[in-house]
Amino acid sequence: MAKVVSGSVVFDSVSKSYGDIKAVDNVSFEIESGQFFSILGPSGCGKTTLLRLVAGFEKPDSGRILIDGQEITGLPPNQRPVNTVFQQYALFPHLTVWENIAFGLRIAGRREEEIEEEVTKMLKLIQLEHSAQKKPDQISGGQKQRVAIARALINKPRVLLLDEPLAALDLKLRQKMLLDLDLIHDEVGITFIFITHDQTEAMAVSDRIAVLHHGSVEQIGTPIQLYESPKSSFVAAFIGDTNFFDGRVVSKISKEYSLLEMEDFPNIICFNDKQLSVGELVHLSIRPEKIRISREQPEPKPNHNLFSGIIEDVVYKGDHTKFWVRAEGQRIGVFQQHSRFLLDEKPLSWNDRVWITWHADDGFMLEKYSQIDTREPETIDETEPDDIIIEGSKE
Amino acid sequence: MRKRAREIAMTLPSYGWLVLFFLIPTILVFAYAFKGTNTISSIFGPEYAVILWRTIWLSSVTTIVCLSLALPLGYFLARAQARIQKLFLLLVIMPFWSSFLVRIFAWKTLLHPEGMLRKTLTFLHIIDADTFLLYNLGTVLVVMIYSYLPFAILPIYAQSVKFNYSLIEAAQDLGATETSAFFKVFLPGIGKGILTAAVLVFIPSIGAYVIPDVVGGTSSEMIGNKIAQRIFIDRNLPQASALSSLLCLVVLVPIAISAYLHRRQVR
Repeated sequence: MAKVVSGSVVFDSVSKSYGDIKAVDNVSFEIESGQFFSILGPSGCGKTTLLRLVAGFEKPDSGRILIDGQEITGLPPNQRPVNTVFQQYALFPHLTVWENIAFGLRIAGRREEEIEEEVTKMLKLIQLEHSAQKKPDQISGGQKQRVAIARALINKPRVLLLDEPLAALDLKLRQKMLLDLDLIHDEVGITFIFITHDQTEAMAVSDRIAVLHHGSVEQIGTPIQLYESPKSSFVAAFIGDTNFFDGRVVSKISKEYSLLEMEDFPNIICFNDKQLSVGELVHLSIRPEKIRISREQPEPKPNHNLFSGIIEDVVYKGDHTKFWVRAEGQRIGVFQQHSRFLLDEKPLSWNDRVWITWHADDGFMLEKYSQIDTREPETIDETEPDDIIIEGSKE
Repeated sequence: MRKRAREIAMTLPSYGWLVLFFLIPTILVFAYAFKGTNTISSIFGPEYAVILWRTIWLSSVTTIVCLSLALPLGYFLARAQARIQKLFLLLVIMPFWSSFLVRIFAWKTLLHPEGMLRKTLTFLHIIDADTFLLYNLGTVLVVMIYSYLPFAILPIYAQSVKFNYSLIEAAQDLGATETSAFFKVFLPGIGKGILTAAVLVFIPSIGAYVIPDVVGGTSSEMIGNKIAQRIFIDRNLPQASALSSLLCLVVLVPIAISAYLHRRQVR
């Protein structure tokens, strides 16, 4: 298949409400052509509405949507250069796999030989040549998924929209389909917009991710940017696990590092990327894997934070163990990667006294709460996966 | 084996009922058709051919019109608010609360030459002074459509509610207009409902007797009227039976075909 690099998408101040609920609230951003772009957020964040606006099933109340510089806001779905892979696949039950894939070309009035050729090519791409004459209810979930992708791609859209396409599959299949999606994206070279609530899915395949919360974009960036440098506590908590600390800046140690005074916790040295001045409130986040844990007290090193604590909980996960360490007033989550044979060691266990340390560069400061969180701070709890660590003061 | 015996015991009463009051009378009717002299050949004369043909095309047109009214209704109603759906269904079922005969006579009153409707239409110059609304073929057709429309709406609505409307979006997404999505995806999707509706409208239509008798004239007689005349006026039971048997076959053949098609679809 020829590489067609096109399909840039622009959202320009797009808003959409259902009654009093603002599903999409003045959203503006751009998706570069050829990207695998994910729109990530908890249920009800407006991500599906955003997708339906691009597909043409919904009209925005205000704002414009452009594809390759051309406005498509007013076009009906059948005149847009996009195709959709629906959440429940929406394969036509009365048609065979072959006829499902051929549907778009039939509508377009293409010649029969051409259709034959294109469908055969697609069946090969999704490796379903043998099931061509089966009906959708005779094939498995993963196969339906691939038919849905083929049925969309055969129309050579400039943008492929994927609405939680893996949600209906079991874990193993999901991981395989994710890789397949990535391969297909490399093959066809068009823009993929991937809607998901699963951050691991989004992280695994995306070039860029937009994190959506209450109809607004919280942050857009590469998976690494979002994970290592989240702008808000919502993003920090939604993508991966983290520890939160509240406090204020008490002094500047150097041009880059500041000393922070914490609630229920000793002072912390942190890289002051936000250039906050003395006295300002900070909301600090430290990822559990950035913290080292040991039974023996390590050598004190410059620009490192070092605290002692007691292990309260241990969750062994094979490749790593997750500890909850009580240090002063805080309960801190720590990951320990097992790069050596664990049975040769005496593993850390409950009530062990341990030392935890992290480099001042590894903490990052957040705006205390994102704009939305101030309004409804309790929503954080609902949206987080189970094992995210909330700040110690909450206990 | 005991389970089988129990099944037979349970179904025996209903089978007995059907055999006694349905199968045996039907066989008797078929048998009577062979009783008189030249009975079978007499019903294939030109007199009946015209009426039989009229009966079939009137019923077919009724079926087609009922389906074309019920299909868009089902399509939109199934997606409407629950409150509106309930209201519409109530309106569809409401006529059944009054007697079928009363409703047909109400039509007669409505369309009567001295009736309000005709007088209003004449006054407004929509129809000529010498146009009659009653006792013609059009009247029979309108009243038949009125009477049997609910039998088309209910099964089509029942299937439409079960229809997955995201398939319409999928078709539109793949380039279809909503109209072509309706024909290419919706209609095949509710095929079973359409088949049921067609059978439910066609069967009572073809046996219609009261409607052409009350609102129709001599030019709009149907086979049902002829059967009644043979029984009540001529007391010619064999010929009435022969006509009834013919009607039976006209009804049974489409059902057999649809059953066959359905079974093939399932397989």
